[in-house]
Amino acid sequence: MNEQALLGLADDELVLGWRDSEWTGIAPLLEEDVAFSSIAQNEIGHARAVYELIVGADGDADALALDREPEEYRCAPLVELHLLDWAHTIARRWLYEVADEIRITALKEDPDAATAGLAAKIDREEAYHRMHAEMWHERLREEPCFRQAVEELWPYALGVLPAELRGELVERVGLVEVEPIDRGGHTEELALLWEEMTMVRRSAPSGAQW
Amino acid sequence: MGGDDDGAALGAVRGAVVAEAQVWEALKEIPDPEIPVVSLVELGVIRAVDVHDGHVRIEFTPTFLGCPALEVMKRAMEEKVAELGAEPEVDVVTDDSWSTDRITPQGREKLRAAGFAPPAPREAAAPKLVQLQASVFRCPYCGSTETRLENIFGPTPCRSLRYCESCRQPFEQFKTI
Repeated sequence: MNEQALLGLADDELVLGWRDSEWTGIAPLLEEDVAFSSIAQNEIGHARAVYELIVGADGDADALALDREPEEYRCAPLVELHLLDWAHTIARRWLYEVADEIRITALKEDPDAATAGLAAKIDREEAYHRMHAEMWHERLREEPCFRQAVEELWPYALGVLPAELRGELVERVGLVEVEPIDRGGHTEELALLWEEMTMVRRSAPSGAQW
Repeated sequence: MGGDDDGAALGAVRGAVVAEAQVWEALKEIPDPEIPVVSLVELGVIRAVDVHDGHVRIEFTPTFLGCPALEVMKRAMEEKVAELGAEPEVDVVTDDSWSTDRITPQGREKLRAAGFAPPAPREAAAPKLVQLQASVFRCPYCGSTETRLENIFGPTPCRSLRYCESCRQPFEQFKTI
């Protein structure tokens, strides 16, 4: 996988990790409070590992993760959306996990051994996120508000994957392929999230001491 | 006092020859920061120790990539090696070579005794929800297999929550990775 695509993966995981962590403390069920916090922690851990892979042993992964301007991020618009209701949040989790599984499965076959090895480790952890997403999908699939949320987010979900992998997503989700809302462009919500996400970094450029 | 003490002090002199076995012994003393009943060696996260000219290189695998204890473990290993008078280098290996199958039998027993159900063996395919929901996971308190999954996720990334129907005790299950 080329560096831009790896950066896209890392940025997706970082930004979605932030979005998922927004449910910490206020999820509708205590179990989900724990689940979303744990998933967010994993996603940000994946982002860190991929940033470290990109910059190499002597590079600065924090700088890559946090010193860019919002428009320089390579994340898909799907993960940027500031979702305020549970149906949309679960619809995004499910769509993202299906798309991410397709992407990670492909990445496990990467010719670069370090990339393929990391993808295999990420895949082991993601298995638990997929179970969580599938469990909710099973429960909500017939609910009109959930179906509507999935349809609204569908063009965004297609934008997570490169064109050559979208066919599998279409098959698994069972919706008609539409014009994707692709990575490259950004939503207005990203700039607001960026303000919060990089606040500590910008206020203590030489590194915060805890 | 005398000859014996001089002999004991030699090992701690900086630059003294450190044997690989000594490093492993020292690493056995480092507890897991989140579950201190097991050591890093028992967790199986130390993949290799390579000693060369007073320089000790340790290959180490995180359990989960987002594990917040990673830096703490890294620092603890560096300190242990420095105490032996050698120069430490800890390399974090982020591939799929570690799995919960590498937790040693002693480690598994210590986990169980502390109320954590050890992980089920890893299979070629990733675990499925239906497997986790099955009543085959043994309660670490009473040994019953009448247990149910409460939450795939728990207080740390590596644990799930289960409940024992027999002794009515909630407990934490190590995730299979």
